[in-house]
Amino acid sequence: MRRRQPAGRPARGLEYLFPAAAAAGGLFTLAILAFLLVFGFPLLVDGRLAGLLLSPWEPDRGLFGIYPMALASLLLALSALVIGVPLSLGTSCVISTLAGPGLRRFLMHGVRLMAAIPTVVYSFAALFLLVPLMRRLLGAGSGLGLLTAAPVLALLVSPTMIIFFTNSFNRVERQVLLAADALGATGPQKLLFVILPAAWPGILNGMLLGFGRAMGDTMVSLMLAGNSPVVPGSVVDPARTLTAHIALVMAADFDSMEFRSVFVCGLVLYAMTGLLMLCFRLVAALGRRTRHERPA
Amino acid sequence: MNGLPEKLLTIFSWLALSALAAALVFLLGFLWMRGLPTLGPELLFGHTPPLDALLFRQQVFDGLFPAVCGTLLLVLLSMLLALPLGIPAGIYMAEYAGGRLRRLFNLFFDILAGIPSIVIGLAGLSLTIFLHRVFPGRVAPSLLVSGLALAMLVLPYLIRTTQTALEQVDPLLRATAPALGASRLQNILRVLLPSALPDITGGIILATARCAEDTAVIMLTGAVASAGLPGSLLDRYEALPFTIYTISAQYGSPEELAVGFGAAVLLLFLCMGLLLAALGVQRRLSVLLLYR
Repeated sequence: MRRRQPAGRPARGLEYLFPAAAAAGGLFTLAILAFLLVFGFPLLVDGRLAGLLLSPWEPDRGLFGIYPMALASLLLALSALVIGVPLSLGTSCVISTLAGPGLRRFLMHGVRLMAAIPTVVYSFAALFLLVPLMRRLLGAGSGLGLLTAAPVLALLVSPTMIIFFTNSFNRVERQVLLAADALGATGPQKLLFVILPAAWPGILNGMLLGFGRAMGDTMVSLMLAGNSPVVPGSVVDPARTLTAHIALVMAADFDSMEFRSVFVCGLVLYAMTGLLMLCFRLVAALGRRTRHERPA
Repeated sequence: MNGLPEKLLTIFSWLALSALAAALVFLLGFLWMRGLPTLGPELLFGHTPPLDALLFRQQVFDGLFPAVCGTLLLVLLSMLLALPLGIPAGIYMAEYAGGRLRRLFNLFFDILAGIPSIVIGLAGLSLTIFLHRVFPGRVAPSLLVSGLALAMLVLPYLIRTTQTALEQVDPLLRATAPALGASRLQNILRVLLPSALPDITGGIILATARCAEDTAVIMLTGAVASAGLPGSLLDRYEALPFTIYTISAQYGSPEELAVGFGAAVLLLFLCMGLLLAALGVQRRLSVLLLYR
């Protein structure tokens, strides 16, 4: 039998504080959604959500669609992943298997340091190093554009993915690795035939995390992507992302439709976060199931 | 024996690592070269005598002193607001919550951790507008609003580090005090929390770094280019990351740009220093960095 000891009054108060704090944290998640809905409401009713998502941004003609921004966000995040995922996968292979123990520790610390570099510092350095370079390479324009922002964003999301990939590589079952060792497998062979196939849920989820982080970043796209609110015609064109749009439309008139559109951007980003989280959990659950079903 | 695919994988992996390292070295090296010569008392205090500035006898107009003070105040305020909520909520998640409620809270905190910081800033701004309608003329974007919004931003990190640190306590140690007749609360306060303290402290330091570097939240909730030192919590303020952004957008002279590079190096040092401190304190790396 488990017997609970009588607790003093302050102690009992503490035991009420714990769930109250957790409930408050959960309420924040809902409160943010509520604020976005309430402030975006006039535009949502007026324009209908599908219309807003698919129409262009022409405030002079009364069009407050966020299609160009949504498209730019998606394009930029995807191109950051196209650059970042191979780099992160390769680096994770080195850290988890190919490097010796000394180098491994050094690299892990390096990745953590990389994760601690502020976004605004990355963007500031790239603004004065990469942008002039792009201007000279292209021979025209300001040098600001999707192609300038994408590699910097890739650099920004890489540590997240590397840490996640490496962790999932290290979680591959020990018996399987020992069996591979006993058969005389080399490091690269273990990676190719054992670790990479077994770690697919981790790889997929690392990419989801990286994608969410790339979509949600403000400073890189705000400072490097050029911010023009039209559909980009090519990868070198300037474009404005959803996050940059929120940062830029700070109209003095809080009742204007321009200002309302910012909350629709916020809602889209919020919905994306929720959706990514559900996908993340789905992949993790699928991964666990295949692990259990595999014959021992 | 390694065949062609194995060789290709090896070459590709080392190339990927080198490319990443090279990009990083180029960017940081460039920042270092341009920023390092600017470091010195003038960067912080401009033409004001440092002692007068430090004793708040004279305003600093051409240095980073107000921005550094603003960032320190902001970090302090948001941690003061976030800690009393984050630590107890983490304790609840690790020690009390179970079943469906625990899954629901897990989902909520995961979503909160994933919400882009600019959206958190937007929520802070709408809170201000809302309060402004209820109490006209009293509430405006200010240090307090930014502190609240940043507290919301780091709350999920604090909850998660506390939770994982407590869950990772050795099961033997966890069972000892209850076996001797301690209550659940006594066990938490006297045994579990003290033994998880290094990991929780590391998480708190990392959350501090997150507060110091975030730009998107504060640009919507009260940071401005030149405000001087804030006189109260309801004043607008300057902050280091926002200063870096404004200088990059509208610098008028090479001297001003040099201040921008100095500020970037300063912020980099601050965040690196905090990370190293966290690594020194922590015994195992928390999940925290994943969410950043």
